[in-house]
Amino acid sequence: MELLFEPMFRVPFVTGLLLAAVLPQLGLLLRVRNEWLAALGFAHLAGAGGTLGSLLGAPVLLSALALAGLGVLLRGMLRMRGNDFYALMVLAGWSLMVLATSLSHHAHGLGQTLIDGQIYFTGRTHLLASAVFALVLLPLLPRLNRWLLHLRLFPWQDQANGRPVALRVLCFNLLLAAGVALAAMVMGVMATFALLFIPAWVAFGIAPGWRGACGWASALGVAAYLAAFVAALLADLPFGPVLVALLVLSILLRGLPLPRPVTR
Amino acid sequence: MSEPLLQAEELSAGYQGPVVGPVSFSVSAGEVVVLSGPNGCGKSTLLGAVLGHSRVFSGSLRRSSRASLACLGQQAGLPEELPMTGRELVTLAEGDPAVLPEYLGAVLHQRVDRLSGGQRQLMHVWAAIAGSARLLLLDEPTNNLDPVSESLLADYLCGPLGERGVLLVCHEPDFVARVADRVIEVR
Repeated sequence: MELLFEPMFRVPFVTGLLLAAVLPQLGLLLRVRNEWLAALGFAHLAGAGGTLGSLLGAPVLLSALALAGLGVLLRGMLRMRGNDFYALMVLAGWSLMVLATSLSHHAHGLGQTLIDGQIYFTGRTHLLASAVFALVLLPLLPRLNRWLLHLRLFPWQDQANGRPVALRVLCFNLLLAAGVALAAMVMGVMATFALLFIPAWVAFGIAPGWRGACGWASALGVAAYLAAFVAALLADLPFGPVLVALLVLSILLRGLPLPRPVTR
Repeated sequence: MSEPLLQAEELSAGYQGPVVGPVSFSVSAGEVVVLSGPNGCGKSTLLGAVLGHSRVFSGSLRRSSRASLACLGQQAGLPEELPMTGRELVTLAEGDPAVLPEYLGAVLHQRVDRLSGGQRQLMHVWAAIAGSARLLLLDEPTNNLDPVSESLLADYLCGPLGERGVLLVCHEPDFVARVADRVIEVR
């Protein structure tokens, strides 16, 4: 148990906790937009950016953020919507990541960390970047919720009323790319994807309303993260797969009884 | 007479090429104008031209600068799963939940995806209605509505609209006959 209170684990713990609280909020919006594959797409692209950065001697985190950002720009330039583009992003990112890891020992080590999801190598730069990300995202979330829900439920209305829809979507995609890239470097590709996908999915099934869904998603992300951090450390297991396993188990919550619909 | 909220003159609209028109119509405050015609004649394309997702090939389309717009397209169904109450939906549309008919008021606290098909569609339509937009565009709003819901919508459209004008696409003759101030035949 003393391991849990070792100073060397404090930075990874706090960094992951911040991301576990905020990423599920982006997952909710991805689900509203029916673009949940974006989480996996940006995570793979960020992984490719990180390993390429390692190969070329560039800062890993910055390289991951840059390639994820490039993904946002490409999406805008190609005017592609939906999951098709993100599927391409998954494949291109995976291919680049694996090729880069095959070319150098250092890049190979990083690639393995991204696959295993070892959170314990997280440093102060990651913590600082995660704190800045959370500080930027949290005040914007109410507006992002309103913009993207309105766009989905009343399509074309905002464009017709002269609202800057493209700019709003770009703002969301940039925040998403940054958050996913950061999380992929901290806890690995699949743990990042699971944090975006599963809490939102569970919340969609059981929350009584949108505010409840926001609460459920973050609470589930944080609870799974805390349990995974402790379990992985005490049992000496890789963090990423433990987190993913716990999140996968959490889908059982979707079976919770819901209020019966009113039929009149 | 005040400026129309929307005025189309000899309007031809479409996507790669024109699919409808030329057609002329206008919508003023206080009136319900219905675009009528057989399936595939381009009624929704005309609404699309107003919204900006179909192209205007010839003629003109003018919207009053004072006419903020609310719309509900034929394809704008609510997602199959959506954790949002009726109250949240109406508030999102910048509407006042207090103006909803009692039929919907009673289920405002329910998730919209747990409502019956008719209630869900009416809640969606009413969310668009409950806002303050002066120009309301509705594309086949009676789809999936049960008779009670359809009657409530007709009552609203027949009532005093004040500063609001409505452009409606609808293929149900009885509903059109009940609510329309003017019918524009689109061919």
